Amino acid sequence: MAQIFKPSANHITTAALYGVVLGVPTVWLAIAALSRSPANTKVNVPINQPVPFSHQHHAWELGIDCRYCHANVEKSSYAGVPSTETCMSCHSQIWKNSPLLEPVRQSYETGTPLKWNLVNQLPHFVHFNHSIHVARGINCNTCHGPVQHMHITYKGNPFQMKWCLECHRAPDRHIYKDESRPDLEPRQQVFNLYWKYQKDGLKGLNLRERSLMVGTFDGTNDGKERAKGKELVKYYGIKVQQLADCSVCHY
Amino acid sequence: MNRNVIFFAVASVLLAGCHTDMWRQNKSAPLSQNDFFPDGQASRPLLAGTIAKGHERKDDAFFTGAKGGKWVNELPVPLSKKLLLRGQERYNIFCSPCHGQVGDGNGMIANRGFTLKRPVGNYHTDRLRNMPVGHFYDVITNGYGTMYSYASRIEPSDRWAIVAYVKALQLSQNAPLADADPVALEESLKPKEDKAHAEGAKH
Ligand code: HEC
Ligand code: HEC
Ligand code: HEC
Ligand code: HEC
Ligand code: HEC
Ligand code: HEC
Repeated sequence: MAQIFKPSANHITTAALYGVVLGVPTVWLAIAALSRSPANTKVNVPINQPVPFSHQHHAWELGIDCRYCHANVEKSSYAGVPSTETCMSCHSQIWKNSPLLEPVRQSYETGTPLKWNLVNQLPHFVHFNHSIHVARGINCNTCHGPVQHMHITYKGNPFQMKWCLECHRAPDRHIYKDESRPDLEPRQQVFNLYWKYQKDGLKGLNLRERSLMVGTFDGTNDGKERAKGKELVKYYGIKVQQLADCSVCHY
Repeated sequence: MNRNVIFFAVASVLLAGCHTDMWRQNKSAPLSQNDFFPDGQASRPLLAGTIAKGHERKDDAFFTGAKGGKWVNELPVPLSKKLLLRGQERYNIFCSPCHGQVGDGNGMIANRGFTLKRPVGNYHTDRLRNMPVGHFYDVITNGYGTMYSYASRIEPSDRWAIVAYVKALQLSQNAPLADADPVALEESLKPKEDKAHAEGAKH
């Protein structure tokens, strides 16, 4: 009987084996890297908007409180983007002939809302709630990055499930109380930080606050800070065991 | 049989993640778009005169600041430290950009050009000091001249808190020296960092 495989088939088999052993993980890693890259998560990619609205200009240079525009963020699940009327409360007088603001004036005259392109959006099977996070004193920048310095708004964090869970599994790494202002409620401490930064610059802030304002805060690993965090978690009555249950976010 | 199992196992791995219909469901969130309506909004504005069950606005003084066609002269809510603190917080968010933190009309936005046409109101004039509280409530609710209405962003109870705080500001800027607590007065006369200077750092 004639031989089916020539001797060279040995090499092909070896190559194929190596290919499987090395190739599968390579493809796997490539997909994993791709799904975490800005190309997929859109982190740090500024999103085009109908009006080039700048947080750096309004929130930082002019010092307008987030709540002037995102008025519902403390009491509702949804932070919301401001209505045209909110812009016009200033721009009916300031820069009222600027061509950049033409869409705003158009929208005000016709009563058709501006169509802002959403920067942060979770899939519809995930539920998120702003008010509870703000009520625990978690600063906007923890999740959104250094918003007050963005010229065109971009996403500060990937908002993948892993990222949410990192905090939900160990909230004591994130929760803190501003000890220089014990009179403030946690929710007020969130916004006071921006005022503090305005007034004294980075020099007036401690390490955590500084990295929050720069947008690099990723939870603390310092033992003392975490012990304080744990105490607050207990004080707020946060049930850490249940905070990572699927039904907290998927229902 | 065996082949089918393998086929489905492989197919389910390969096809996982192909369905995205749960990611963008056919539902509306606040502020989302819906082309069915002429203004493109999914959330419909309330018809004029809509009243939510249990929210009838019977108390004229509380909801309009006027009673029997005249502005009320007394707060329709009990005055407390808590109310003033709430008022201070809301004032600093919504009013201080134009009116300044002490209400002198020297806020950041006023300095950037809002005054071009008409000056931003200064609370420390005799006319406004003698104005009934109802007028202040009305200004927040309905706007005044070039100032827009803030009714959509400040709820009635917070508007009264702001009014109370504005009245306190007026007192603070026009208090007779005899009213001052002697200890606090001495404290305040000691040289220290100038408040205006601290604010100036913001600019
Ligand atoms: C003068 C009004 C104004 C102020 C003040 C303001 N914002 Fe915004 N914000 C907007 C507008 C308009 C948009 C939508 C356009 C955009 O994304 O840039 C927006 C968008 C955002 C978004 C992205 C929303 C999305 O599409 O997912 C975040 C996050 C945000 N703001 C946070 C903040 C924070 C934090 C502050 C306070 C430091 C703040 N904003 C202050 C007007 C404002
Ligand atoms: C509290 C007052 C205030 C509000 C509210 C406000 N702005 Fe502004 N905006 C300003 C001021 C002041 C300037 C710039 C003036 C300067 O540079 O001195 C400005 C500048 C701008 C510019 C740059 C204009 C140009 O020609 O360079 C844009 C665009 C703009 N705003 C968009 C918006 C939009 C969109 C909103 C509504 C979400 C908004 N603003 C709400 C006060 C405001
Ligand atoms: C715990 C993380 C977290 C914190 C803290 C947080 N946000 Fe968000 N924010 C999100 C997520 C997640 C979304 C996307 C929500 C969605 O798509 O349902 C979002 C969306 C937004 C939007 C877009 C409109 C909306 O509501 O979907 C704005 C505006 C916004 N946030 C502003 C703020 C401001 C202002 C603060 C601080 C007071 C803040 N956020 C604090 C996570 C956070
Ligand atoms: C920085 C920490 C942090 C991050 C990041 C964070 N959370 Fe939370 N989350 C909390 C804390 C703390 C609570 C409050 C729990 C309590 O008080 O019971 C909470 C509560 C919630 C709740 C309400 C739970 C309830 O009992 O009603 C939901 C829903 C939620 N988070 C969703 C999310 C999602 C989705 C993300 C990611 C986009 C996220 N969170 C990211 C800290 C965080
Ligand atoms: C803190 C909130 C939170 C909790 C708790 C949570 N998830 Fe998620 N989950 C998310 C977010 C946010 C996403 C969206 C991720 C994205 O956009 O890539 C998600 C996505 C998913 C997806 C789709 C993933 C994909 O890429 O297709 C599945 C499946 C899922 N979650 C299952 C679970 C299960 C099972 C649990 C319980 C063990 C759970 N989740 C608990 C927030 C949460
Ligand atoms: C965008 C700038 C701006 C903001 C923010 C603003 N105002 Fe005004 N306000 C004005 C201007 C301008 C005037 C003068 C209007 C005129 O004379 O046409 C004024 C006038 C007033 C007056 C004087 C009315 C009179 O009888 O003379 C009062 C009282 C007042 N504002 C209260 C408030 C309160 C309370 C808030 C916060 C909820 C507020 N304003 C926020 C711009 C503003």
